[in-house]
Amino acid sequence: MNALGIQGTPLADALIATVIFALVILATRAFPFALFSRRDPPRALRFVEKYIPPAVMAILVVYCLKDIHWASWPSGIRELIALAAVVLLHLWKKNAMLSIFGGTALYMVLIRII
Amino acid sequence: MIQHPTTAKNGGTIAIKAAFPVTVPVLFGYLAIGIPFGLMLVKAGYPWWLSPIMSLLMYAGAGQYIAVGLFAAKAPLTGMIVTMLMVNIRHIVYGLSLIGKFRDVGRWKPYLVFALTDETYALLTGVKVPMNVKPGAFYGSIAALDHSYWIIGGLIGALAGSFIPFSFTGIDFALTALFAVLLIDQLKRTKDPLPACIGLASAILALILIGPSNMLIVALAASIATLILVRGREK
Repeated sequence: MNALGIQGTPLADALIATVIFALVILATRAFPFALFSRRDPPRALRFVEKYIPPAVMAILVVYCLKDIHWASWPSGIRELIALAAVVLLHLWKKNAMLSIFGGTALYMVLIRII
Repeated sequence: MIQHPTTAKNGGTIAIKAAFPVTVPVLFGYLAIGIPFGLMLVKAGYPWWLSPIMSLLMYAGAGQYIAVGLFAAKAPLTGMIVTMLMVNIRHIVYGLSLIGKFRDVGRWKPYLVFALTDETYALLTGVKVPMNVKPGAFYGSIAALDHSYWIIGGLIGALAGSFIPFSFTGIDFALTALFAVLLIDQLKRTKDPLPACIGLASAILALILIGPSNMLIVALAASIATLILVRGREK
C-alpha cells in the first residue's frame, strides 16, 4: 500500500467500500420500485409523478448555484447572466442545444473576464 | 410510413441514434465533472483503475466525490455508509415519480433503476419518446450513454488529468443550463407553475437555512410536504 502512496483508506478497503457504496446507492434507487412492484402506489403518492419532476428541476437549478458566494463580488452575477441567457434563448429559439451551449459558452467567457 | 421489421440490433441502433442528441449536454457536463473526479482519486494515491470501477458500480457524481474525500480522511466504514445513504436518499423521490413510466420498459427496467442519476432522471422526465423507438430502448440508451460519459470522464481524469492544458473551468455550467431548459419545457407542457415555484422556494430556503451541503434532501422533503398539503387531495 505504501508503494502507492495512499495516506488514507488502504486500497483493498477502498475496493470493499466501493462495492458497499454501490449497494447502498442501488438500494436508494431500487427502494420505491421494490415497494410498489406488485401493488399500485396509494393515491396520495400518485400526484408525485405529476408534480415532482418540475419541483426537482427547480431544486437542481438552485443546487447547481449553491456554492456561489453572494456576499462578495462578483457574487453570482456571472451565473445569473448566463442563466438568463439560457432562459431567453430557449424561450426565443426553442432549441435546447442552442440554449444550453450558448449559455455555457457565455458563462465560460464571463468567468474569464469578470 | 412503411414499418420495417427490425431486428433487436437495428432497434438498438435506432434507439441510440435517437437518444444521443438528447444526451449531448450530459456528455459535456459529465466530462467536466468526471475529469476532476479521476484526478482527485489519483492524487489521493489510488491507482487509475479504481476510477472506472467506482464509476461503473456506484455511478453517482456527488457520491463518488464524497467517497474520495472519505477515503482520503480514512473515515470509518460505518460513517462512510451513513454519509453515502444520506447523500443518495433523494433517489427514492426520483424512483417514486417514475414508477408509472417504468412499467412498460421491459427488460431495461433493472438497468434504468440502477443508472438513475440526477441528470438521467432529468432527461427521462423531460424528453418525449420518438414514434419509431420503444420507450425501454430509448430510455435505456439515454441511461447507458450518460453512464459511459461518466466512466470516460473519470478515466480521462485518472490517466491524463494533470496533462490537460486547456482549462475546462465553467463547462460544467452545461448541467445547470440543462436543468433550466428541462424546467422551461416542463412548465410549457404542464402549464402549472406551482410545483416549480414550490421547488424553487424550498431550495432557496434550504440553502439559506441549512447551507449547501444538505440543501438537496431538505429542499426535496420540504417540496413534497408542501405539494401534499396543496395538491395531495385531488384525484
